[in-house]
Amino acid sequence: MQPDEILDYLIPGIMLGALYAVIAIGYTLVYGVLQLINFAHSEVFMVGAYSALLALTWIDPSSNPTTFMSVLLVAAGLAVSGTAGAATAFTLEKVAYRPLRRRNAPRLAFLISAIGASYFLQNLAGKLFGRDSRALPTVFENKKVFSVFGTQVTILQLLIVCAAVLMMVGLDYLVNRTKLGLGIRAVAQDAETAGLMGVDIDKVISRTFIIGGFMGGIAGFLFGLHLQLSFTMGFLPGITAFAAAVVGGVGNIRGAMMGGMLLGIVESFSSPIFGESWRYVSAFAVLVLVLMFRPTGILGERLGRSA
Amino acid sequence: MSAAESMGADAVGLTKPAATATTPRKKMLELDDLHVFYGAIQALKGVHIEVDEGEIVALLGANGAGKTTTLRTISGLLTPREGEVRWRGERIDGVPAHHVVGLGIGHSPEGRRVFPAMTVTENLNMGAFRFKSVPRAELDRVFELFPRLAERRTQLAGTLSGGEQQMLAIGRALMGQPKLLLLDEPSMGLAPLIVAQIFDIIREINEQGTTVLLVEQNAAQALRLAHRGYALETGSVVLSGPADQLLSDPKVREAYLGEGA
Ligand SMILES: Nc1ncnc2c1ncn2[C@@H]1O[C@H](COP(=O)(O)OP(=O)(O)O)[C@@H](O)[C@H]1O
Ligand SMILES: [Mg+2]
Repeated sequence: MQPDEILDYLIPGIMLGALYAVIAIGYTLVYGVLQLINFAHSEVFMVGAYSALLALTWIDPSSNPTTFMSVLLVAAGLAVSGTAGAATAFTLEKVAYRPLRRRNAPRLAFLISAIGASYFLQNLAGKLFGRDSRALPTVFENKKVFSVFGTQVTILQLLIVCAAVLMMVGLDYLVNRTKLGLGIRAVAQDAETAGLMGVDIDKVISRTFIIGGFMGGIAGFLFGLHLQLSFTMGFLPGITAFAAAVVGGVGNIRGAMMGGMLLGIVESFSSPIFGESWRYVSAFAVLVLVLMFRPTGILGERLGRSA
Repeated sequence: MSAAESMGADAVGLTKPAATATTPRKKMLELDDLHVFYGAIQALKGVHIEVDEGEIVALLGANGAGKTTTLRTISGLLTPREGEVRWRGERIDGVPAHHVVGLGIGHSPEGRRVFPAMTVTENLNMGAFRFKSVPRAELDRVFELFPRLAERRTQLAGTLSGGEQQMLAIGRALMGQPKLLLLDEPSMGLAPLIVAQIFDIIREINEQGTTVLLVEQNAAQALRLAHRGYALETGSVVLSGPADQLLSDPKVREAYLGEGA
């Protein structure tokens, strides 16, 4: 790799990292309030992509949209995938986790339930949408917008990074500046005491799933804008984003953002440096390395809290 | 065998508190024959306790006697298998904790349980969570009662000293504007000077109109502060009466104040 090629890999890496960060936040938020890894979050992502496929094909299946149509399609894709992701996560919590919580089930039961829900959703999607890969209809022509030191930045890259940054800024505001955010943080730090203060713990947990699901669903749509959809499409980005959440310190929102960005960039650079076949190995190599030196992740100091 | 076991509740002759001479009693909280379990373990075995409007009532007892369990049952964190919790005549057992606080029952839990990664101000805001917005006057009052908290508003609660965390836990409970304040061992692990300060403030809070149910192992100090007291032993009330009578009772002194007979 030549020095002047760095940006050719950095920019796609940032795009990928932004997506991982948005997905990783979904894992980390839920872990924060429930100390549970919601392994079905990867399927929330997949549902987001397929819901956008349904909506966009219904609106305009033509392959040459006008500018106005492009804007409309992007807006519709964001709205539909966010809503579908939120609804899926909300239902998941109600059906797969809440009954276990009511019965004070052991942690292993939650894990099994999560994996079960994940496979259920995957195979349901396979049944409904077919087991072959699908592609979203053309939403816009992926033109170059501007160039940075000779490296072109495309509309798609710009859209993904902007959407991700907007969601993260919005989330940061919500968590740190609103009453719901105060409730989420209180439940994450000490759920029982939060209850004593008047926080309806169930409501906070439910809304946390909704927020994470909204972001995960949108990530699915954005992902589908440049790669194929399939019923197993959630697996690799999901597990990578989960690794990102752990690298950043699971339960820590800013950690998830950092971890996602780090793994996205590492993944992007690993193919020119080590070869394409190492692409998906790199993220997990980083995971192992970080955990060797900081078992609680980069920003994680809270992991030992409930131990 | 402890003194309390040997004499039983009637030995003090005062299972029922004497009504104060001037004001008529106004029952606020009644615990009626509470039986509470943790799985198969029975922690409360038919507890009767009453708290009247305006009082400070001390709930004494050794480690494991069931004091914390009693407070947690009042707050709705635990549901009794038998018996009732009545708040101003209405049953509230089984009401979830986040609704109980709305009735006017504030709880400063055992071990303080401040939110460590929140600032002092955010912790106090949490205490007012049941309100739409944080009551400004209440915040001022808490900072007046605890000037040390005012100096440390932006500090993370996890970095406060034990005494400051205890003040924060009490202040946080006050932010919900409780009619009844449940305090679970506010003196635990604190230096005598700080304990004295905190007890002075509890008196002040009571004089400003808040009823207090005070759980303590520190019996002497609690009884000097309280109007009445109850003693729990392995899940049952074994003693009760006006605080000064309990304080001067030789058998109480032996069992709870660590004096030889
Ligand atoms: N979470 C729990 N699970 C099982 N037993 C408990 C639990 N909490 C308390 N206990 C038991 O209940 C009894 C009363 O405990 P507690 O109310 O904490 O006493 P105190 O506050 O007076 O020290 C003790 O025997 C204790 O071991
Ligand atoms: Mg206790």
